[in-house]
Amino acid sequence: MTIASTTQLLCFLVLSATLVLGSLGVVLLPNIVYSAFLLGGVFLSVAGLYLLLNASFVAAAQVLVYVGAVNVLILFAIMLVNKREDLSDIPGLKVRKLLSGLVCGGLFVLLLRVAFTTPWALPGPQPVGEEATIRIGEHLFSDYLLPFELASVLLLMAMIGAIVLARRDVFSSDVITGEPVDQGLLEKARSPLLLEKPVLEKTP
Amino acid sequence: MTLALLLPGLAEPIPLQAYLALAAVLFCTGVWGLINSRNAVRVLMSIELMLNAVNLNLMAFSNYLDGQLIRGQVFAIFVITVAAAEAAVGLAILLSLYRNRETVDMERFNLLRW
Repeated sequence: MTIASTTQLLCFLVLSATLVLGSLGVVLLPNIVYSAFLLGGVFLSVAGLYLLLNASFVAAAQVLVYVGAVNVLILFAIMLVNKREDLSDIPGLKVRKLLSGLVCGGLFVLLLRVAFTTPWALPGPQPVGEEATIRIGEHLFSDYLLPFELASVLLLMAMIGAIVLARRDVFSSDVITGEPVDQGLLEKARSPLLLEKPVLEKTP
Repeated sequence: MTLALLLPGLAEPIPLQAYLALAAVLFCTGVWGLINSRNAVRVLMSIELMLNAVNLNLMAFSNYLDGQLIRGQVFAIFVITVAAAEAAVGLAILLSLYRNRETVDMERFNLLRW
């Protein structure tokens, strides 16, 4: 504990306010681009909370992976599919929102009750502080070696899977019958996603 | 110092329960967004929120209850790895869905529902 308690508490209050407001914004804002940028703010404040919890390595990993990779990926996806569409009304949407709000509120109360009634074994052992990175390295290469290697396999699978899923295959002939496919379909598949739809000429 | 005099609780260290309550808020917000989002990208964002809430819990327990063996931090690193893979595959699925259905409305992805 190098930071004074008051400073720590103030940092915690600021970070938690950012976190709660940002996450509400992510869920509630109508514009999805604002939501994505707020999500970056949420990730950053979670990284700040990790710093308060004596975990500098995980905080750095959080910033690198979440803000640097996941958030940028989400922004890319938004730019690729950002079509303004008027969502058709679904009957009972308000009821669904209300019911799910009640369920989430109940879940929240339950979690709070568990957190505040469980007799935690506090105070636990003294936190290792700056040695945490060394400990994590020792864990990763001794008792968590198998999950560590499996994570590398998982990342490779995810990479290949993402490429396969997102690739656009255009065949000039049908794979099964060998007949040439409809030319209009071919052009549609080739036209880039970002391109605006051609404006239909007004027929007199 | 004046703040500490004004509120006696300010000089105390942050309790574990504060982190747990914060993670509960984040998780419930994520669940609500997951259920109610019409945009598929927002659903993925809500999943990320929930994963972050779980990570926050893990880190809090690791610091307060397991300060020497910090197994929670190792777990959080694995969760971050899996979340990155999940985001990549999820967004690839989303792109290919958009290409086929020309929409990102979750209510219209109901081919397998009934």
